[in-house]
Amino acid sequence: MYLNATLLAQITVFIILALFTMKFVWPPIVKALDERAARISEGLAEAERGRQSLALSARSAAETVREGKEKAAEVIAQAEKRAGQIIDKAKADALLEAEKVVAAAKEEIAQEEARMRESLRGRVADLAVAGAEKILRREVDARAHAEMLAALRLDL
Amino acid sequence: MSMSTTGLEAAAGAPNAGEYVLHHLANLNSSGHPQSVMVDFSIINYDTLFFSIALGAAGLFCMWRIARRATAGVPGRAQAALEILIEMVGNQAKAIVHNEQSRRFVAPLALTVFIWVLLMNSMDFLPVDLLPLIWQKLSGNPHAYLRVVPTADLNGTLGLSVGVLLLCFFYNIKTKGLGGWVHELFTAPFGNHPLLYIPNFVMQLIEFIAKTVSHGMRLFGNMYAGELLFLLIALMGMAFPSMSLFGGSLLWLGHLVTGTLWALFHIFIVVLQAFIFMMLTLVYIGQAHESH
Repeated sequence: MYLNATLLAQITVFIILALFTMKFVWPPIVKALDERAARISEGLAEAERGRQSLALSARSAAETVREGKEKAAEVIAQAEKRAGQIIDKAKADALLEAEKVVAAAKEEIAQEEARMRESLRGRVADLAVAGAEKILRREVDARAHAEMLAALRLDL
Repeated sequence: MSMSTTGLEAAAGAPNAGEYVLHHLANLNSSGHPQSVMVDFSIINYDTLFFSIALGAAGLFCMWRIARRATAGVPGRAQAALEILIEMVGNQAKAIVHNEQSRRFVAPLALTVFIWVLLMNSMDFLPVDLLPLIWQKLSGNPHAYLRVVPTADLNGTLGLSVGVLLLCFFYNIKTKGLGGWVHELFTAPFGNHPLLYIPNFVMQLIEFIAKTVSHGMRLFGNMYAGELLFLLIALMGMAFPSMSLFGGSLLWLGHLVTGTLWALFHIFIVVLQAFIFMMLTLVYIGQAHESH
């Protein structure tokens, strides 16, 4: 309980220590704290922005997928339609071709028939000539004549 | 006093209880013997000054080293601890001192007070005879005085509280102007009337004195009482060789139990008193900013 000059010294030391703290200890820490707080709030805002843009891009991705599906369906439908058209055309072509072939065949048959007829006519004449020769070489026999004529008829 | 103690010790080989306690409560001062006059400004206590300056410097040096490498990124443990402390003190300062500009000095001041008082109080945790014994060996004087708890010296605590008082004056003048403050001194708390000027001023004087004395005395009383109790506990332990084996063992056990309990309880007192001192510093300086 004794007071002396230590009191005055202590006051001085007190003020010096406080000034030191004010100058060298307090500001760096408070600055670091403020900076960190700013960084954290920045990071949070960044995260919020990121989340929003993620939702946005998810939505646009879904949109793109939907459009793609629609387009694909359209393409498929068109392809099917086109395939039908091709098939129909092919059928029509085939029919046309078949008709042509049939017509050509018919014509050929007709020509062949005509040619046959022509050659037959030739042979009939030959046979007639041969028949006449035979008739002329033999005596005329009615019965034999008749037989010959029947054979002639068969040949015709 | 010191001479008679020395003589008795030389004769008896060991000091008696009263001498032991008184020896421990005497400062290492510039006069070389315990101060006998209540107030004597020609004397200065070397021990109180040495330990308070050393502890203040050590505390601030540690904080300065942490603050120098402070990063806004992921803080280390030391930085995190200092940040918690600074947030705590800063929040208290914000709640009590409503002046942003003043807080730039007052908040670091409060932190200084807290750390410094905490460290000075913590000197009580050292065994009461450890540093005095080392000092007696170092100085070559077996009866050298040394008190290691600066806050158990009234000069140490009143030095702080008077420092706070001076700051209160400073901020009173700064926020209200010299004229405004003098006006307040004579018109508050009772009112602005010529008859009340003197009572007002007397009240203000009493208020300032009471604040400052109670501020310093509270811390001093707590630490002085703590130190005294440690001394008595030490005495109990020291007495055991003079007793019978059974009685001596009991004293030794008593020393162990009470010493442990009191040291544990003292941890609480040390921190609490440092906190109270800091809070009152803020409150008084905050009051200096408020006009009546």
